[in-house]
Amino acid sequence: MSTLTPTNGLLSSTTREERLLSFEGRYRQQQFTRRNWTLFYGALFLAALIGSIAVSDFSIPGLIKGLPMAWNYIAGTLPKLTLENLWGDLAEWYWGLRFWLRLLVETILMGFVGTVLGGVLALALCFPASRNLVENTVIYFAARRTLEFCRTVPELVFALIFVFAFGLGPFAGVLAIAVHTAGSLGKLFAEVNENVDPRPIEGVRASGGNWPMIMRLGVVPQALPNYASYLLLRLEINVRGASALGLVGAGGIGEDLYVAIRQFEYTDISAIMLLLILTTSVIDIICETIRHRLIGHDLAASA
Amino acid sequence: MLELKKVTKVFGDTIAVNNVSLSFAPGQMVGIIGRSGAGKSTLLRLINRLAGVSEGRISFGDTDVGALEGKALRAWRARCAMIFQQFNLVNRLDVLTNVMIGRIGTAATLPVMLKRFPVEDRANAAMALDRLDLLSQALQRADTLSGGQQQRVAIARALMQKPSLILADEPIASLDPRNARLVMDALRTINRQDKITVITNLHTLDAARAYCDRIVGMAQGRVVFDGTPSQLTSSVIQEIYGDDTETAVDENLTSTMAGTSPAGRQMEVAH
Repeated sequence: MSTLTPTNGLLSSTTREERLLSFEGRYRQQQFTRRNWTLFYGALFLAALIGSIAVSDFSIPGLIKGLPMAWNYIAGTLPKLTLENLWGDLAEWYWGLRFWLRLLVETILMGFVGTVLGGVLALALCFPASRNLVENTVIYFAARRTLEFCRTVPELVFALIFVFAFGLGPFAGVLAIAVHTAGSLGKLFAEVNENVDPRPIEGVRASGGNWPMIMRLGVVPQALPNYASYLLLRLEINVRGASALGLVGAGGIGEDLYVAIRQFEYTDISAIMLLLILTTSVIDIICETIRHRLIGHDLAASA
Repeated sequence: MLELKKVTKVFGDTIAVNNVSLSFAPGQMVGIIGRSGAGKSTLLRLINRLAGVSEGRISFGDTDVGALEGKALRAWRARCAMIFQQFNLVNRLDVLTNVMIGRIGTAATLPVMLKRFPVEDRANAAMALDRLDLLSQALQRADTLSGGQQQRVAIARALMQKPSLILADEPIASLDPRNARLVMDALRTINRQDKITVITNLHTLDAARAYCDRIVGMAQGRVVFDGTPSQLTSSVIQEIYGDDTETAVDENLTSTMAGTSPAGRQMEVAH
């Protein structure tokens, strides 16, 4: 026997060659199954892709033909700016700047309030929706389905309903954003919860904590940086989303954009669009900076 | 007096704890030894009710531990403090808050949600930390501490629970020899000075011999030995650790403690 480790009954009857051969066999078997599964899923993906293209009428020639038309529309909305009278031309282009800025602030605030409200709801719902934190499957199922409902119905549809219920204006928009945010953030929060270290949870439980205490002391401290990161990401998305809600009369700059489009006020369209793009970029950059700070700070602290 | 009567725990089709009857007198320091998977951890978790028994009865005085629910169950968990192999602290909270978690078994929910603890709890936590020589680290985050320090924070948390017994599940298995000795010394001192029963799972014989009044040996879910360290002969050790084909167990190979002395290094008491 040329093995280093003491044999323990099971292996002592085989020689080294036999064991190595059996290992080689098992290795080949495993590789074979793995490759087959990869091929299977690859084929499945390809079939789904082809099916989707067929159903959605996606075609490259159509894209090539249509793109210049889209560009024509955009180009048509741009004003004539001359070098001689640049200031005057700009002033004319942005004739409604003060009015638009007010609407823009309203849009940002709608996104902000909607995110905060939705975040609070998401926080309340994410714990019962985490597989590792609830034993009662009925509660888990109910929480998951509630979150699903909140996020699968589009914001615009919620906004339509709320405009009908609460009248025109930003209130309906804020509610629509809050409901949708609760659904999508709640799911993300729950996923964060499902990835936390179970040991602190057990420690808090063993000290005699009840369920809310375990969530507060065992789960939240671990999940908080991720919550914050997702919340900021959602804020970016919601400010963008808020600008579209005006289409159904739920407040924000979208209302004026819609009017401009309907009345063929071409230069107004480009003016508002440009403002929107600038604003969302600025918010994107700010949120991203804060998120990186949060994550970076955490890395530095745990090192 | 903690009493286990014919306690059995079944997971699926494996029997983790098989018909165990034991009683623990107040103030004892008991070491439970055995191979991995012998049912040592499960036994402690059954006592603390982190798991429920399949059959049998666990009682403490007049209390039927298995029947406890809600508030009474939380109070029971607070009374038998648990110490874990991986410390199970909340890493992102500071040491002080981690120690004050020891009070939540009897605290109201709302203040805990806001992380508000009474001033006297803070004072007690500071005292417990000082006793374990960790007061200077009290405001640091728990994950900035070394393993040995973290385990002593866990002991301070256990002390905050004002427990009748302390259950330690492999408290020194993840520690280096020096820290292992510090932690075992701390447990021993608490056992002697506060008259708290300590039941500890140990995977090393020398630690059990050095620190425990009584040793319980488990194999395949059953109790195969129950006696004093001096009664633990090599044939008994063979029964606990060996299997059919294996040769004699070398006790020295299982050692994790540096320069163990039964008296240990006594920690200072600040009262």
